[in-house]
Amino acid sequence: MTAQRTLRAAGLVVLLAVVAVFPLVFTNPTATLFAIDTLIFVIVASAWNMFSGFSGYLSLGHAVFYGTGAYFMAVAANDWHMNGSAAFELLPLAGLVAALIAVPVGLIALRVRRHTFVVITIAFFFIAQLAASNLSVTGGSSGLILPSPPFASATFNNPFYYLAAVLAVLTVALAWLVRRSRYGLQLRAIRDDEDRAAGLGVRTMPVKLSALVLSAFITGMAGALWVYFIGTAYPMFVFDPLFDLAVVLMAFFGGLGTIAGPVLGALVLEPAQQWLTLQTTGYESEILFGALFLVIILFLPRGVLPTAAEYLTKGRAVLARRRERPPGQSPSELAESRGGSSRS
Amino acid sequence: MGSEITYAIAAGVLGGGVYALMAAGLTLVFGVLDIINVAQGILVVLGAYLSYVLYRHLHINLFVGLLITVPAMFGIGVVIYWLFIRPLRGSERTSMTLLACFAVALIIEGVLYREFGSNYVSINAPVTSASVHVLGIYLPDIYLYGFGLAVLTIVALYLMLYRTGFGRSVRATMQNQTAARLIGIDVTRVSALTFGIGTGVTAIGGMVYGSISGGFTPNSGYDLISRLLAIVILAGLGSIGGALAAAVFMTTAEALVDIWQPTWAVAVFYLAMIIILAVRPSGLFGRRAVRAQ
Repeated sequence: MTAQRTLRAAGLVVLLAVVAVFPLVFTNPTATLFAIDTLIFVIVASAWNMFSGFSGYLSLGHAVFYGTGAYFMAVAANDWHMNGSAAFELLPLAGLVAALIAVPVGLIALRVRRHTFVVITIAFFFIAQLAASNLSVTGGSSGLILPSPPFASATFNNPFYYLAAVLAVLTVALAWLVRRSRYGLQLRAIRDDEDRAAGLGVRTMPVKLSALVLSAFITGMAGALWVYFIGTAYPMFVFDPLFDLAVVLMAFFGGLGTIAGPVLGALVLEPAQQWLTLQTTGYESEILFGALFLVIILFLPRGVLPTAAEYLTKGRAVLARRRERPPGQSPSELAESRGGSSRS
Repeated sequence: MGSEITYAIAAGVLGGGVYALMAAGLTLVFGVLDIINVAQGILVVLGAYLSYVLYRHLHINLFVGLLITVPAMFGIGVVIYWLFIRPLRGSERTSMTLLACFAVALIIEGVLYREFGSNYVSINAPVTSASVHVLGIYLPDIYLYGFGLAVLTIVALYLMLYRTGFGRSVRATMQNQTAARLIGIDVTRVSALTFGIGTGVTAIGGMVYGSISGGFTPNSGYDLISRLLAIVILAGLGSIGGALAAAVFMTTAEALVDIWQPTWAVAVFYLAMIIILAVRPSGLFGRRAVRAQ
């Protein structure tokens, strides 16, 4: 096991090193643009997973928090005349606003479970979209334009890239901490059987709500960073139903409720989607995206990582059995040794 | 002002009948299969486009065209069930089926965009422009025909559910799938047919929707599904009668608010839903009440 842990740590170091030097090697702005998009989805997919993957409450309304953060950023940067690195100081504030929105949303939506919860998150999404298209503070359907950051054009993308990278690493680390903690255990107990969890003394509502608020906080920051990067906020792009679907797909692809799963999903699917969009017209990429989604759900329902882990365990068990069984062992002895190992 | 209110109420009630029909399909599928078909909205739009093509290009009367579009939508529903819903099993089935329906919706939307583009189209049949003069208002004929058609279909659904052997199998499956299987009901077949029926009604809903709405695009599916979901949640999932009441209530309320607040009228749907859920999480006509019928 220690060899595996060393291997895992080495892999992590290599991954972090690649993330750190990526913009120095690939200076092409299109490459860094893809990379920033991907990192933002790493953040959001991990944050989504921290709530939905751990608790089993599938949210299709995270765009509400993403969009709230984005619009807060757009309005605040304009009204308070903040630009450049000063504007980055608004990110935690944007996260806070998204977290504040998550409190009433959670108080209403988390009273119901399963289908009804999913549907209510969708409804909140539509309310947010409607509000953004009609309120005057968001500029309505004509949108808002953010101040353009005073960065040198050759390395324009780099501050965004590194900020997104730092946020992504922090989010994944936080997800890891949550999963290992007593709190994470409570969340997963809720996922497996909420009534039993409540019976065992988990205060389910505060646990669920705080997970949603935490997730919304991170998602809001990601939205704010993204909108400052692209420079415009339109209701149809800020509140995009495909955004929710993409995030969910990433988590499912990698493995719902795991730490590395959403990261892997974002790293694979976001560049793939960007590439598809470049290669095809908008409608074709929508069809392909839907088809890809169906393929993943039908053939990899538990995600790449859990499926791979299962095969690995199976393979190891076969090897171990072969090693265990010396040529002359009788079947009854074998059954005994197997029974013993399964009980332990 | 008085005639405006009369018109709003008339249009709201009559239009509500059509939404009730679409929502009935959604809630029936939920009751039997325990899935939420979020593709229902885009399926209605697909039905509307089918009627549009038949009428505008092949010059088939809208009502005669239903003889083609209803079986077609029924077939599409059965195929969707067989290919994408039936294989999904296990503990995550609830969320998986919902996502699968969402993916199907995306594919249909993409195909519609490809075929018809993103411009608004409308079914301009004589029946959509003629109107009758009642109670001091001019009401387009299509509202009356659409409402009548929706009521007939809902009555037919009820008769099927409560007066036929197949309906008995459907209700048994709704109550307890395992027990239904044990007494020899082919649950997969019942599920496939129910999904087909739930989709088949979108052909009728689509034809009327396409005629009473000023125009539609493939994007209209989002607007429709958000209303339909609000209706079935407000009614309580699985309740057909509740969906009827909720649909009429919501569309009438929306039409009334629309008189003085056109931009926010659609928010009535969501607000009503959220207020009800905050008070009564199982919806107005919760599942248990329906099961007791």
